[in-house]
Amino acid sequence: MADRYVLAVDQGTTSTRSLVFDRGGRMVAVRQREHRQFFPRPGWVEHDPMEIWANTQRTAAQVLGDIGSAGDVVALGIANQRETTVVWDRATGRPVLRALVWQDTRTADLVTRLAARPDAGLVAERSGMAIAGYFSGPRLRWILDSVPHARERAERGELLFGTMETWLIWNLTGGPDGGVHVTDVTNASRTLLMDVRTCRWDPDLLAFFGIPAAMLPEIKPSVGVLGTATALSPAIPITGALGDQQAALFGQACFAPGEAKCTYGTGSFLLQNTGEELVRTRSGSISTVAYQLAGEPVHYALEGSVAVAGALVQWLRDGLGLIGSAAEVETLARTVSDNGGCYVVPAFSGLLAPHWRGEARGLVAGLTSYVTKGHLARAVLEATGWQTRDVVQAMAADSGLSLPALRVDGGMTTNNLLMQFIADALDTPVVRPMVGETVSLGAAYAAGLAVGVWSDIEALRRNWHRAAQWTPTPARAQALTREYPQWERAVELSIAWGAPRD
Amino acid sequence: MAYGRAVPGSVQSIERAAAILRVVAGSGGTLGVTDIAEAVGLAKTTTHSLLRTLLLVGFVDQDRETGRYALGAGLLRLGSHLDVNELRARASNWADSLAARSGHAVRLATLAGDDVLVVHHVFRPDDSAQVLDVGATVPATSALGRVLLAHSHPHTGHRSGPRTVPLATELAEVRARGWAAARGEVEPGMAGLAAPVRAAGGLVVAALGVSGPVVTLLDARGVPRSPVLAMVTDAAQSVSRELGHGGG
Repeated sequence: MADRYVLAVDQGTTSTRSLVFDRGGRMVAVRQREHRQFFPRPGWVEHDPMEIWANTQRTAAQVLGDIGSAGDVVALGIANQRETTVVWDRATGRPVLRALVWQDTRTADLVTRLAARPDAGLVAERSGMAIAGYFSGPRLRWILDSVPHARERAERGELLFGTMETWLIWNLTGGPDGGVHVTDVTNASRTLLMDVRTCRWDPDLLAFFGIPAAMLPEIKPSVGVLGTATALSPAIPITGALGDQQAALFGQACFAPGEAKCTYGTGSFLLQNTGEELVRTRSGSISTVAYQLAGEPVHYALEGSVAVAGALVQWLRDGLGLIGSAAEVETLARTVSDNGGCYVVPAFSGLLAPHWRGEARGLVAGLTSYVTKGHLARAVLEATGWQTRDVVQAMAADSGLSLPALRVDGGMTTNNLLMQFIADALDTPVVRPMVGETVSLGAAYAAGLAVGVWSDIEALRRNWHRAAQWTPTPARAQALTREYPQWERAVELSIAWGAPRD
Repeated sequence: MAYGRAVPGSVQSIERAAAILRVVAGSGGTLGVTDIAEAVGLAKTTTHSLLRTLLLVGFVDQDRETGRYALGAGLLRLGSHLDVNELRARASNWADSLAARSGHAVRLATLAGDDVLVVHHVFRPDDSAQVLDVGATVPATSALGRVLLAHSHPHTGHRSGPRTVPLATELAEVRARGWAAARGEVEPGMAGLAAPVRAAGGLVVAALGVSGPVVTLLDARGVPRSPVLAMVTDAAQSVSRELGHGGG
């Protein structure tokens, strides 16, 4: 019998990747293509949806060619950059504008106006998240306000809205010729337009943001039939879709309440499964949908997003020229044994979770003539560790769930100094799985689970293997707990520094 | 190898260039072409043309004002791509894949002085309790150690005393076939297989290997089992390609 494979499309911020996984969860083929980043004005970030669709077709056809007749590709799963917003013409398939990317801050003024309305409390109550430009609903509103006749056309059903998975599924299933207009519940939960309890579009939220219901996709479970990708040859059932961070949670097999993963890339994204219970947050984490299997209840998660993690190491390399490559930060940091009293708060464009202070600006605190570039490198790495602690503490306060271990992935996990620091700062074991491609693996798991490549989530758990573990050392953990208030003071200073002067 | 003595089969101009570099390095500062020619015992014109080539490849720098020579930045950069953290970052995906496919623990090691230093470690994928041993050293007689010593200079196969170092003939064999095997890799009852990782230009910068129970890696005669040996040499070649080594 031929092997059964699953195709995953990881539509990310910088590139689109197609990967094929076998039943053991091992990657057997991968193709990647980057797309252009458009920065038309300060704070504006755009992608060309047609380019992304072309890259998806091309990389998918390439990996299917790589596999050849070695086996049957029986399902397609999609993981996507979240909150990036596309509006297109149903009849022609042409976007009305380039996609507004999740990093785009053009809705800041709009969001300030909306948040000032007396009925603004509705948003947090229904959607589970406070109004912020980070989410896709305000971007959709901006497009409707900015493109001539867009609102009337949307009301007549001529324009469609979608995040990237919706755009790709619509095109994969035929586009203008009968394309299926659907989104998955995790992506829908990031719009501010969905009732997080019923997982349906909420009429009051649509009225609040001024969004015509006719342009919205149907909300579907993350694991289950979404359509058939007739644009691929052979046609493949699309049976899984998740926002990228939720896909990583799924790929890390965090299926039980309390299990958590953190992805260390440009920023860091920590998600903790809270089971079927929706946690109302007070401490600065976000309540979000983790995943839903068709016919089963929704599973929720707490999320803590940190804007700058690996980006601070890039700044040390490109901004300061202290290192030649990102990995060398560890070499430089190991030239000293501690941070020499130095702290770096990387609030380059404000602080996200758990502080949510857009005005904060970065700072280096504790400079003395004793401090060398080695200390600075250590402080740079420690900043990522301390920010993880900030987020984990906020989540613990919100959920009351203990964290048995933190599962990590992303490029920074090859940094042993950082991983050990995180283990000590959290006083919790940090574990890295054998398959680092957790986002695409999660999409593959979702799709394969729906068609029986894997029988149940226990089968997925058995595929998860530990590649490395960093265990906290008690003395170091105690020392870092004593040191933590210093970091908190540095964060307060960065918020004060960025505050408007009167 | 002593300097100033011609070695049979060696290339004369490389020997001369090396001698010039040593003289410049030994001066601790800058030297004029006359001083250099005198120190290496060559005609000034020959010395000058050798210096022009060394300048071209970046191994010496010339002061525009004085015309005097110093060691070049290109020479300093030669060793810098050996950054072990960079090496780990580049090797990580291939090491994971080797562990997943072979079912064995994977280690990447480099030479640090006389020590064989573990710079990356992937657990055996059975979820048993294991301790990360990055930063630890393994014996020179391990498969990792044999690969690294076989490609280090000078070969350290001449020491007498207890068998803590492989023999020169064993190391020559490792060089010739492109892999090493050893019993007692990390602990008794365990064996190891390892292959060299090369940087651009072919220099061996690390050894990549697996360790596991003797019976899983070696047959009754002590010969490596071919599927797992192929996985190790393939993975080492993949990491080498990642580092810019074309050949394999």
